Amino acid sequence: MGSIKLDGLKKAFGSQTVIPDANLEIADGEFVVFVGPSGCGKSTLLRLIAGLEEPTDGRILIDGRDVTHAAPARRKLAMVFQSYALYPHMSVYQNIAFPLKMAGEKADVIRVRVQEVATSLDLLPYLERRPRALSGGQRQRVAIGRAIIRQPAGFLFDEPLSNLDAALRVSMRTEISELHRRLRSTMIYVTHDQVEAMTMADRIAVMNAGRIEQFDTPLELYRRPANMFVAGFIGSPKMNFIEGARAREYDARTIGIRPEAIDWSIDSGKWRGRVERVEHLGAETVVHLSLDTADILTFRTPLDERLVAGRTIHVSPREDSIYRFDGEGRAIPGPKRNP
Amino acid sequence: MRSLRPTLFKAAMTFLGWAVALLLFFPILWTVLTSFKSEVEAIAFPPAFWPSGWTLENYFEVQERSEYFGHFLNSVALSLGSTVIGMLIAIPAAWSMAFQPAASTRHVLMWMLSTKMMPAVGALVPVFLIFKSAGLLDTLPGITLIVLVGNLPIMVWMLYTYFKEIPADILEACRMDGATVWKELVHVLLPMSLPGVASTMLLNIILAWNEAFWTLSLTAVKAAPLSAFIASYSSPQGLFWAKLSAASTLAIVPILIIGWISQKQLVRGLTFGAVK
Amino acid sequence: MSGYRMKRAARLALAPSVALLIVGMIVPLATTLWLSFRYYNLMNPALGGFAGLSNYEFFLTDPAFAQAIVNTILLVGGVLAITVAGGILLGLLFDQPMWGRGMARLLVIAPFFVMPTVSALVWKNMLMHPGYGIFAWVAMKLGLSPVEWLSNHPLLSIILIVAWQWLPFATLIFLTALQSLDHEQQEAARMDGAGPLDRLVYIILPHLGRAITVVILMETIFILAIFAEIFVTTSGGPGYASTNLPYLIYVQALMQFDVGAASAGAIIAVVLANIVAIFAIRLAGRNLTA
Ligand SMILES: Nc1ncnc2c1ncn2[C@@H]1O[C@H](COP(=O)(O)OP(=O)(O)O)[C@@H](O)[C@H]1O
Ligand SMILES: [Mg+2]
Repeated sequence: MGSIKLDGLKKAFGSQTVIPDANLEIADGEFVVFVGPSGCGKSTLLRLIAGLEEPTDGRILIDGRDVTHAAPARRKLAMVFQSYALYPHMSVYQNIAFPLKMAGEKADVIRVRVQEVATSLDLLPYLERRPRALSGGQRQRVAIGRAIIRQPAGFLFDEPLSNLDAALRVSMRTEISELHRRLRSTMIYVTHDQVEAMTMADRIAVMNAGRIEQFDTPLELYRRPANMFVAGFIGSPKMNFIEGARAREYDARTIGIRPEAIDWSIDSGKWRGRVERVEHLGAETVVHLSLDTADILTFRTPLDERLVAGRTIHVSPREDSIYRFDGEGRAIPGPKRNP
Repeated sequence: MRSLRPTLFKAAMTFLGWAVALLLFFPILWTVLTSFKSEVEAIAFPPAFWPSGWTLENYFEVQERSEYFGHFLNSVALSLGSTVIGMLIAIPAAWSMAFQPAASTRHVLMWMLSTKMMPAVGALVPVFLIFKSAGLLDTLPGITLIVLVGNLPIMVWMLYTYFKEIPADILEACRMDGATVWKELVHVLLPMSLPGVASTMLLNIILAWNEAFWTLSLTAVKAAPLSAFIASYSSPQGLFWAKLSAASTLAIVPILIIGWISQKQLVRGLTFGAVK
Repeated sequence: MSGYRMKRAARLALAPSVALLIVGMIVPLATTLWLSFRYYNLMNPALGGFAGLSNYEFFLTDPAFAQAIVNTILLVGGVLAITVAGGILLGLLFDQPMWGRGMARLLVIAPFFVMPTVSALVWKNMLMHPGYGIFAWVAMKLGLSPVEWLSNHPLLSIILIVAWQWLPFATLIFLTALQSLDHEQQEAARMDGAGPLDRLVYIILPHLGRAITVVILMETIFILAIFAEIFVTTSGGPGYASTNLPYLIYVQALMQFDVGAASAGAIIAVVLANIVAIFAIRLAGRNLTA
């Protein structure tokens, strides 16, 4: 119970079109992540689904029912906000109970449900506290508790972890994935962090300037990016893009090579370049190389003492991992090598 | 030696601060003290600082001679009436502009502010003529209405700035949680802005209680609140300073207490949110 | 509720306030404007009709008008000078560490809550009375002869009374502004070797700039409309020595019953206030978007 379909959805604020035309089908129980750079319209799209914004055009269907103009509460969706948006004047108990209270649920039913939810989120000891007396992680869990208590058809998360410190972020990430495994309900999760997206999602919608560039599983996005934007956005460090003669050799306007798909050697290889900068990350080393033309190439490799700035080395891309793009930045399918 | 300098500085500041404070407070203190003196003692020269008898007679006499408490009650009715009715009108307006802003909201706010800046005297003649023909002169509803109109912009503005401080997220969460507009107002908005609502009310009570232009021009005997009634003590027949002081003390003490309680929020209200 | 119905509800919620302000302020103001072009005297109902600019002419050529304008300006200027300078000093003073600061501060702001009629009466009788007042006693102690405050210096007396009422306002605002001063910035300035005077001139006063503007504008609006203090103490006299514009209009309308002339005067007062209000509203507008 919780398939979501966006059909030609459009949103403009005044004269500024933020979402030109969004089409998306999310299956029941799926964990979908909207990822993209800041300001690309992820939140807007999520808020359209939530009913917090009125679409300019298009339709939203939940379980096949048209909810385009339905009030947020009618959509059976729950949302977890970046700021948590807890009610500061209510206790944790009252915060979690609020949706049921608004639904006119009986007091004893509410009590039982809050106890259940609080138990599952380890919040039992804090039920009487006010939000301001909680840590960031606890507040986050209260916000989740308030979302799960009414057993919604789907959950919407808008960058829920961005206010937490790095360590907590990792553990909350697992906790949310765990929650998804347990509840099996549809979840849409917005983030600008591709690592979060790759680790949590069943499918990822990569967004750019209001458009959904590609909607696919994490591995497909990595293996078969639909265009240069997706190719550049997924993977870290970023994919290298090279134009000119080296690209023409592969019958493409631009070729893309992932930093992990480049081999190097001191004395022989396809291209020659000068080491500009070396970042030792411990387990691996990231090297920035300037090719004898102006192109900069980044690659990662196991630690090697011979890689020092200023040195000239040779590199070779792995031929089977070269991505080709046309003049519009679209991926060119088919054989990778120019015969 | 090292710790002595700050202490000396603090002592000097304490002396200076209290000297200034007492000097500025003196007229009020003097009024309160005089209200407990006999009339003779009140105009003694050189002045007798401390009342010798501590008599309450002035307070009783003020009531007997002039139905003082009738006017006191008029003041209470005027300030509470204009405040409560004003809040009922201002809260929806502030809610509307803070959370459902339209393209015109900014202009409406500015326009409201500008009405407050019009000198009341600009409306005096028509208001007087209308009140006269409608039989509203010297009536409580009449004076309440006009004071309410005068203070409404401040109420709307203050509430607006307080409502604006409530994060939009929380209200959206509230809508997601299924609250109707009414429940949102009752369960979330008003509780969260309770300090703001309270200080708006307090400021309005103060302003209405101390309002003197309209009360002096539109009330006489029946509906005169203290601000207008006290002016009758300025008549030159005789010196009744002790009674004047008793009447004044009763008129200022309630509002002084309210003012002291709400001093922080007052700054904000009186500067339309420009200084917090 | 759908977005559309929500919007309609919002417009509906705003309507009573707007309607009330239109009926209570704008309609009277427009009526005043209309009346200012009419012959209209409550004592002489036979007279009527369109008056052209003669009400304005009457009002503007009345010697009392020139005096009232001068008095209004002196009153505003005098009170502003005292309260802004005094308010900054008091703000700085009460920002210093002292014992019982909170209590002392309560005493300082108290005059602001005293209703205008009461403060005028108390000052007129118990402080400024040439025979029995405290000021007379102080003058005697100093070997001077008592000053006849209200008869000989009526406008100055009113300036003093109003300044006493508004000094707490200025102090309170400056104190609030001073407390929002960034302490790290002050400490950085000390690290840079700035003495107390440097800090005052280069950090504190610039920081107060906005608050000073606010105080000047708000006080101007209120003091342009001073009425009760004059009504109670001098009744504008002797002669017109302490009559300001609102009081002159009041006298014209409710004591001489010349509605037309009073309305013309009121329109002039509105125009004057508007000049100030434009600045004030700009300031508030900037604050609105911030
Ligand atoms: N209420 C609004 N009014 C006008 N513009 C908005 C509004 N909300 C968002 N935008 C604009 O829409 C674009 C996308 O915003 P958003 O969806 O918040 O991006 P993201 O969440 O991906 O960072 C931004 O350019 C933003 O300025
Ligand atoms: Mg966002």
